Parts: sequence; C-alpha cells; structure tokens
Amino acid sequence: MQAAALGYDIDDVRADFPILHRPVHGRPLVYLDTAASAQKPAAVIEAERAFYSEDYANIHRGLYSLSQRATACYDAARAEVRAFLSARHDREIIFTRSATEAINLVASTFGEALLKPGDEVLITGLEHHSNIVPWQFLRDKKGIVLKVAPLNDRGEVPLDAFTALLGPRTRLAAFTQVSNALGTVLPVAAMTHAAHAAGARVLIDGSQSIVHLGADVQALDCDFFVFSGHKLYGPTGIGVLYGKEALLDAMPPYQGGGDMIANVTFERSTFAPLPSKFEAGTPAIAQAVALGAAIDYVTQLGLDRIRAWESRLLAYATSRLSTIQSLSIVGAAAEKASVISFVMDGVHPHDIAHVLDSRGVCIRAGHHCAQPVMARFGLPATARVSFGLYNTLAEVDALIEALQLVEETLLQ
Amino acid sequence: MTAQSALAGLYPAAILEHSRRPRNRRVLPGWTHSAHSENPACGDEIAVFLSIDARGAIADIAFTGQCCAIATASASVMTEAVLGKTLDQSKTLAAQFQAMVTDAAPPPHTGSESGLDSLSTLSAIRDYPARETCALLAWNTLLLALANPRG
Repeated sequence: MQAAALGYDIDDVRADFPILHRPVHGRPLVYLDTAASAQKPAAVIEAERAFYSEDYANIHRGLYSLSQRATACYDAARAEVRAFLSARHDREIIFTRSATEAINLVASTFGEALLKPGDEVLITGLEHHSNIVPWQFLRDKKGIVLKVAPLNDRGEVPLDAFTALLGPRTRLAAFTQVSNALGTVLPVAAMTHAAHAAGARVLIDGSQSIVHLGADVQALDCDFFVFSGHKLYGPTGIGVLYGKEALLDAMPPYQGGGDMIANVTFERSTFAPLPSKFEAGTPAIAQAVALGAAIDYVTQLGLDRIRAWESRLLAYATSRLSTIQSLSIVGAAAEKASVISFVMDGVHPHDIAHVLDSRGVCIRAGHHCAQPVMARFGLPATARVSFGLYNTLAEVDALIEALQLVEETLLQ
Repeated sequence: MTAQSALAGLYPAAILEHSRRPRNRRVLPGWTHSAHSENPACGDEIAVFLSIDARGAIADIAFTGQCCAIATASASVMTEAVLGKTLDQSKTLAAQFQAMVTDAAPPPHTGSESGLDSLSTLSAIRDYPARETCALLAWNTLLLALANPRG
C-alpha cells in the first residue's frame, strides 16, 4: 500500500519541509532521527518569522497595541494547545522550556510541597533520563522512595508488574507513553486507572507519543501530561505542562520572577493565578506561537492519517531489517510507535551511524538517554531509526542499502 | 564529500585492521597500574592495565572492553605506541595525540615507524568531532591508570 492509498500525498508533505531538499555528502538527506527532534515545515518557520516581523513585543506589559497583539498571539497558542490536548481550561496549560523542564517543575513543586519522606513515586524501566533524574533529586532531598516497574524481554512494561508496585504510599506514578529507545507503546489508560485506584496521581510523559498518537488528557484522566514542541514539528525551546487545575492551584510556584506575581513588597509577595504562576520571566513567546502553527500543521494533515502512514513505514522497515542476517532488532513490543532500535554483530552502533551518514542517512546511535533500558538488554548502546510523517518507503530502501555498506566496510 | 571519501577518511585499512584484530586486548596478569572509564557519549567501557618496571617504564600493557571501531583501534595503536616508554614519555605522547585529534597538531613521534604510522592514521578523526571521545577514550584511561597504582 502506497501513501496515496492512505489518502496521504507524501510528495506534497515533503515539499512542506525545506531541509529535506538539502543534500548531505552529495546525496539526498534521509532523516531517520525524528524521535530525537522532528524537522520543521515551512509553516512553522514562517510563523516564527512573521511573528517577529509583524507582531513582536513583550507580552502582558505594554499598554500599546503591539504588545497587546503579541499577548493575543501567545494566548491563542495556549488555546491551541488546550484544544489539541482536549484540556478543560487554557489555564491548565503551562508553557515551559521543554518536557524536561515540565517534569522538573512537577518534581520541584508538587514533589517538594506535597510529598513526605517515605512516600513513593513509581516510574518504569522504559523512562528517559528526564523522567528518572528529577525523581532521584527529590528522593535525595525529601527522602521519598523511587520504585521502578520492570520490563519483560520484549521491552514492554507488563500491567501486572506495574500494578504490583502500587501501594498505600504511592503518591505519583510517572511514566512515558512511548519509549524513545524501543518504540514500545505503554497501556497508559489502564496504568492511569490502576494508579488512581491506588490513590496515586499520574504524570504521563508524552514527548514521544504526542507526535504519533496525539493526546486527550480528559479521556486519559491523567493529572499531568508533558511534551516538547520540537518533537511535534515545532520549534526548540518550548514545552508544555498540562495539569489539572485543582492540583496546579495547590502547588507552590516553580521559579520566582516577573509575570508570576500579583504583588511584591520587600516583606512578601503574592502570586499570580494560573497559568502565570508557573511562567516566571519572559517566556518563549515566538516559539509558543510557532508551536501553535505546528499543531495546525499536524491537525490539518490528520493524526489518524499520519499514524496510518507511520505504521506502514514501521512494518516495511521491520520486515526489511529482519532480512539482514547480522542485525537484531531490540524490543519486540506488541504495540510500537515508528521507532526501531537494533544492533549488528561485530559492529558498534557508533560505526553504523557513521557509515550511514556517509550515505546521507541520519540515525541515532548511543544509549538514547535511557541507560537503564540499555542495561536491561545488556547493551551499552543501540542504533535507532525513527520515522516521521515525511519519511518514505524509498528511504527505508536507502537505509537497507547503507546497512549493506556497513557490512562491507566493517565486517570482514 | 562523497560517500566513499567520507568513509575512507575515518576507516582507512590500517584502522579497520586494528579494530578487527586489536593488539593487546587481553587480561594482563601481574599488572601494577590500572584504570577503567566510560565514554559518556555512548556508555562504552574500557579498562587499561599496565605493568610498570623498576625503571619506571611500561614493560607491558593491555586493555579490555568492547568498543566501537575507532575506540578499539585507538586503544590498539596506543598499546603499541607506549610500550617501553617511561611515564613522562607516555604522558607527552598522550598530550600530542590529543592535540592531533582536537587541534589538528602534527602526529606525535613515537620512535617506532609502525607506531608513527598508526597514530597518524587516526589524525582523520579531527574531521569528525563527534568521534573525538571515541579516539581519546583509551588515552584518557591510560592517564588515569598511570596515576593509579595497585593496592
């Protein structure tokens, strides 16, 4: 089945991404590292340029019309994110620098103010370092207990293994929806239900899932949901924290500074209502506006159609990679997003990535900021390909050809 | 840069030969100095073992660890280059090697023709900054080992 059969004009889609037409080492760019960061459509690049060219001033400050326009653009971006996540209120959407900052915000505010020594935070063996280290900081500061739901050999987190670790002291379950290292899709709705039944709050790391699956935070009923703009075809420097209003209200501010206060004297300060309470300092205004453009872009293409195309790419790449004798795919979850980790006998992932680069094929090699996942499989590193909405079946073929060059160059 | 030249620079035959059949990748019984370190970029681990004699020279050297082709080849040529050298000579070689990789300095003179050839083959790394940590992993571990006697 080609793209057209899925109602998806891949040539039109590729025309939207200027960088895809840039050659690498004299060859067409084959960008297979979208899980690290997605390339940007012209609409996103243009939104940022147009905002700086026509509407830019600081927000929430000026009485002049330009500042009011900039404020309106920033607020409109927040409303777009709210609609995209199906959240109840715009004030439940906090702009951060990244998903990493969003998790650190929750650990520093919810964690420090509302958790007590001996309280438990449950994560899974698939987490990115950004959903491990903030909880370790909290453990060392507050004496909480960090528990980890184990993986099975397919790279899944079995629901019963997760549920078995929920207990009367579990205050928060924080887990990714899609593994960045293996592509595993976690049963987050069932996990959220189980955590709530145990009286715990839930944080979902949607950094990888948002781009493949979207999110409906009310249907998921999660308490927090985080993602980064740059993985959703948007700009760097902007991330999102969704939190249920009552929880965000109960949490103390994160950073102190401008925009997050109601009134300041040298004796005391009072804080602004949501969402400003958590947005100290001048935020990434243009990046928020361009994130809105990215959401428009994927919404217009249609998340269902994007997912159908990426599933096609995943199936084709999995079957073609399986024909290479020296290659083993790491992670065989029943449900995967378009991410494939692999190793080759006798060739280190760094060398694989390097030889592939000589053919214009960009992949990630390393531990993917998920060293515990690597340790679970007894590997220091893997090579990883990840597909975005702009990849083609011909690019999978280019990958396979380049992997043959890896064998010729390094396996003798 | 074409695909072939992009590859030939980093993986010349001499490097590939060292990575496929690394010299002195073995256990060293009776070692006097050792160190272990990890490449933060990829989690690769290497251990370097030295046997330093009464004159303060490296009488024997070995390494263990499964690394990428560049790190393995670099470790292999390093063991050949510093064998028989004093501590000071070894530190100087390490500094010269680092300068060659990071600052495009000329390759260090090892005093042995084969060693010189091997080290200069790795000079192409300077065109691939992402692989610098791979090339330097063994040498940095050597420096740690020189300062870390057994016991």
